[in-house]
Amino acid sequence: MPSAAAPFLGFGRLLRRYGFAIAPEQVSSFMQAVTLLGPLSMADIREAALATLAPPPDRRDEFEAHFQSHFYGNTSAVAERDAEEEIRIKDDGGADDERIEAEQRQEGGELSSALEQLSRRDFLRDNDRLTVFRRQLSSALPARRSFRTVRTPSRGKLDLRRSLREIVSADGDVPSPLLRRRQTVPRKLLILIDVSGSMKLHTSDYLKLAHAAVQGADRAEIFTFGTRLTRITTALRIRDREQALARAAAQVDDWDGGTRMGPTLLAFLSVPRFSAFARGAAIVILSDALERGDHAELETAMRRLSARAFRLSLATPLAGDPRFQPATAALRAILPDLDDLVDGSSVNSLTDFILSLARSAPAAETIWKRVS
Amino acid sequence: MPEVNTETVATSPESVAQHLAASRYLADDSLATAIFLAIRLGKPLLLEGAPGVGKTEAAKAIAELLGRDLVRLQCYEGIDAAHALYEWNYQRQLLAIRHAGEHEIDIYDDRFLIARPLLQVLKAPQQRVLLVDEIDRSDHEFEALLLEFLSDFQISIPERGTIRAEAQPIVILTSNRTRELAEALRRRCVYHWIGYPDAEREAAIIMLRAGDVAEGTARAVAAAVQTIRARPLAKPPGIAEAVEWANAATILEKGGSPWPEAFRRAIGVLIKDEEDLSYIAPELGRIVEEALA
Repeated sequence: MPSAAAPFLGFGRLLRRYGFAIAPEQVSSFMQAVTLLGPLSMADIREAALATLAPPPDRRDEFEAHFQSHFYGNTSAVAERDAEEEIRIKDDGGADDERIEAEQRQEGGELSSALEQLSRRDFLRDNDRLTVFRRQLSSALPARRSFRTVRTPSRGKLDLRRSLREIVSADGDVPSPLLRRRQTVPRKLLILIDVSGSMKLHTSDYLKLAHAAVQGADRAEIFTFGTRLTRITTALRIRDREQALARAAAQVDDWDGGTRMGPTLLAFLSVPRFSAFARGAAIVILSDALERGDHAELETAMRRLSARAFRLSLATPLAGDPRFQPATAALRAILPDLDDLVDGSSVNSLTDFILSLARSAPAAETIWKRVS
Repeated sequence: MPEVNTETVATSPESVAQHLAASRYLADDSLATAIFLAIRLGKPLLLEGAPGVGKTEAAKAIAELLGRDLVRLQCYEGIDAAHALYEWNYQRQLLAIRHAGEHEIDIYDDRFLIARPLLQVLKAPQQRVLLVDEIDRSDHEFEALLLEFLSDFQISIPERGTIRAEAQPIVILTSNRTRELAEALRRRCVYHWIGYPDAEREAAIIMLRAGDVAEGTARAVAAAVQTIRARPLAKPPGIAEAVEWANAATILEKGGSPWPEAFRRAIGVLIKDEEDLSYIAPELGRIVEEALA
């Protein structure tokens, strides 16, 4: 290996150390690219690195800082990088399930606190309900027709490809033709959990529900929001609930803080990967929607969510009180965008509601107008 | 379209940029470098960016600059091998079986094979440019299906064996990043993130693309569009919309509308979301006037 190659190899190693997935062939492409470009200046090396090592766009700044520190010896860039954004978005990414499994074996059953012991009786009742919820969820979610087809004994289109195989294997005889029709698949379920101070009493129930939802539905995504937005779906994929919740809890940084519902939901919509998930999904927001101050951003965010979603529901614990009215300015403003405004005060009412999502219901506005 | 030798066009990123400009596509240094590297390293080029920044246009410009035919594969949820690689013509196969009677026939003959875009590209005697558009819309399985094609430029058909490219195609993939692409795919490609151009470059693009737009108009449009994009819109306008806006405003102005008014009346071609329109409407007059100043 010529000594001139060392800095380039070293850069690949450095990036790997900071969690960038860099394959050996990418490093060799990087060196080939540098050779092809001359290089005439450091800018060429930077361009070659960007093109071949392909840092994800949301880690471009970090990549830039490592480039500066490695090739220019400017280490302060790495430290400066961590500047606070307006709304921090945390994505737990696609953590590998293998690692989760391994930890599961190591830690099994060690997490149990006095608090949990105290609330044990109620907990058990909820537990049964959540088990039923998990089992029924996948078949209870609203469905849509997929582009894909499945075999069907009757009422379908002729599947020429498979029929032909049958004919050929039967030496030209025509057995009964095979039919296919478009498959129905459950819609995606997106749950957004408010973890601000005013929801403190309910967040632990909500997280248990979210865990059951991730375990039961084919495609469910869970986010928490307060002052920040955090994706916790991967953590909740661990089958053991205690461990899953402990891991999710560790990821969320804004427990019991304030709520900035409008800006956080707009931040959610601004990440294409997240907002793509909302398209055609059943979205359930678990929050009291107590937005302080101006609610213009919340209104915009809800309108955009509602335009994307198949059904947008808000479950608020306040609605558990029979005297509840959507009287706050924020709630009144978002009411026309909501398909449902329901009671979110207990696991009971929430599971019943989510299991009924496939059934049509009058829009939230008509119901609440009738009541008030 | 006269075919151009890739070696003569891709001698350096600068020459790529010059040739692209001749095909009416203005690329910045970074994009020109990525295109140059993709061509010279013989790797697919993965272009990511927000909708409307010119990813698909880049592919068309590359095809034009090399004088190659462009084969486009539009991805969507549920796309599979039968839509992208090949399919057997079952009706013809059945008919052939009936006609053959007692004779032996090969129902996996070439005449029964319908080549879809990827196979078309491999079987073409001349090099083609293949555009795999909006790969992020397809499923993970489809991405995996592409891997063999992207790394070795070959396709395996169980009944026929492996088909290799006669002339290695130039492949461009685009993604709006509505989902994360697999590492395996990114690894095989030369990567470039296309952002929105700065005002000066956008003005140049508008001049180049729009039919009959004065330089002052192009500059004003570019400046106004930059300001509008900085707002939290549901659908920020792309470059194509900016070009249309400049065109539409010019037409209105020739029809007798004075300047700021022409821009305001043509706003429908720039912003195509009712909610965004009502959001930007109160500020629009001021934005346009500042841009024209």
